[in-house]
Amino acid sequence: MLVEGIKSRPVYRGLTIQPRARRHIFALEGEGAHALLDRKTELDETARSRSEILYLGRGSQGKGHDEALRKLGADMFFTAPTIATLLFRLKGTLATAHMGTRLYIAGTEGFIGQAMIVALDNGMDHASIITEHRGSLARRVQCVHCKGITEDVTHSPFACSHCSLPLLVRDHYSRRLGAFQGVNVDAEEPGSAPDPEELFL
Amino acid sequence: MSGGTEIPVRVTKVTMVADRIKRFRFERLDGRPMPYFSGGAHVIVSMNDNGHVRRNAYSLMSPPYDCSAYEISVLHVEDSRGGSSFMHEKVREGDEMRVSHPVNLFHPDWRGRKHLLIAGGIGITPFIAMMEQFSREGAHFELHYAIRTRDRGAYCEDLVASYGPHRVKIYCDAENNRIPVARLVDGQPLGTHLYVCGPTGMIDGVLKAGLEAGWPQQNLHCERFLSTPPGKPFTVKLTRTGKTIHVGHHESMLEAIEAAGVDAPYLCRGGACGQCETRVTACEGKLLHNDIYLSDEEKAAGQKVMLCVSRFEGAALHLDL
Repeated sequence: MLVEGIKSRPVYRGLTIQPRARRHIFALEGEGAHALLDRKTELDETARSRSEILYLGRGSQGKGHDEALRKLGADMFFTAPTIATLLFRLKGTLATAHMGTRLYIAGTEGFIGQAMIVALDNGMDHASIITEHRGSLARRVQCVHCKGITEDVTHSPFACSHCSLPLLVRDHYSRRLGAFQGVNVDAEEPGSAPDPEELFL
Repeated sequence: MSGGTEIPVRVTKVTMVADRIKRFRFERLDGRPMPYFSGGAHVIVSMNDNGHVRRNAYSLMSPPYDCSAYEISVLHVEDSRGGSSFMHEKVREGDEMRVSHPVNLFHPDWRGRKHLLIAGGIGITPFIAMMEQFSREGAHFELHYAIRTRDRGAYCEDLVASYGPHRVKIYCDAENNRIPVARLVDGQPLGTHLYVCGPTGMIDGVLKAGLEAGWPQQNLHCERFLSTPPGKPFTVKLTRTGKTIHVGHHESMLEAIEAAGVDAPYLCRGGACGQCETRVTACEGKLLHNDIYLSDEEKAAGQKVMLCVSRFEGAALHLDL
């Protein structure tokens, strides 16, 4: 039921360490920890001394990477209990940051989208932010009707957690909201919604 | 007209602003308002030199919201191909000319938290309009302006007076003052955008310093005033119109094609916008691309050429035009 070829669908190109950056900030959620751990050989002494790692353990495969990340020997390491805590810390870091600071975000799409909003609010250009999608394909979806946001959506159509309308999850993405758009699927004939399919596991 | 409709104007004022730099004021013949533009925009001025038409791009420097007239500043280039000499030696107050609608290939990124402007010499012109707009919008900006000598530096005192010495810094070559580029790009607040306009060497140096300080390329912007470099004369065959065009030593391919009455596409006439991209149907020889629009791969492939700045050396060049 997905419409193919929608341009706003984000592309996550994968973590590449920017050698000339004066400061590296890694915002990692769950399995996103692997995105950095897999590249630890690229993190030389200089890069490590300029790095700040913010980590949130989340999901069955995404917990317990604290020790491995801490051992990387970054200048600063912070573990957050929730996404909100991590984003608050990220906000503080970026508010006083300088040009030459590069941001790397890895984890689920919902997390990348929310961390991206913080970065955009601090004047960063979205194309300059380095991202890698790791972990679940679950989506963060905005209901275009009631504007409510539902996290971790794995099925389409699904019932909006705010207004209960059955929503078709589109590839249409809003960078401002960090969410995909969900559109009522049976508006013409209520009750005719197709069976939900598990599309984003 | 491929570059868009032109506006007939009268030169209502010519002012000598510095050594070899004149300012020209254009008002519409029909008395209607000029279109609004945005800081960083340029127009193409058509110069009719005894039937030979030259078209050069000049940045607009009047306030973008003032539609009573357009103003440009022209440096009399030492090895002028004719355009700046014509403006300086032939154009008088009261003359009628034609200018294009404004085009902006150097617009500020309004999402930026701070705008760092770096100008060299006549490269100051787009920034004059930009600063008007920044100041009106309350945007945070800083200008670093390098000049060779005090008498060749246009608008130095005016700009310092308008925006204050904390926002406008002048660096004079003759007084051994250089823009401390490496120090400038180090320690700017996150979300700063840098804009540079001036001689090629300066632009390259500033962009390199930015990248070396870890700036992402998305925050580095430049405007180069490329003009067609002179070169060996050559001949080009247009396969669609069936014409054979001779391009002279000091002429661009685009100018020669226009002179032959062929309406070729163009916009910036400086190798930047890609509007005049033309397909090469046959090429026995070497294309001298000179543009900053095509990628290195595209240049090497030799399938496309920019009429405004590219040249050719060899036996035969056929274009799909």
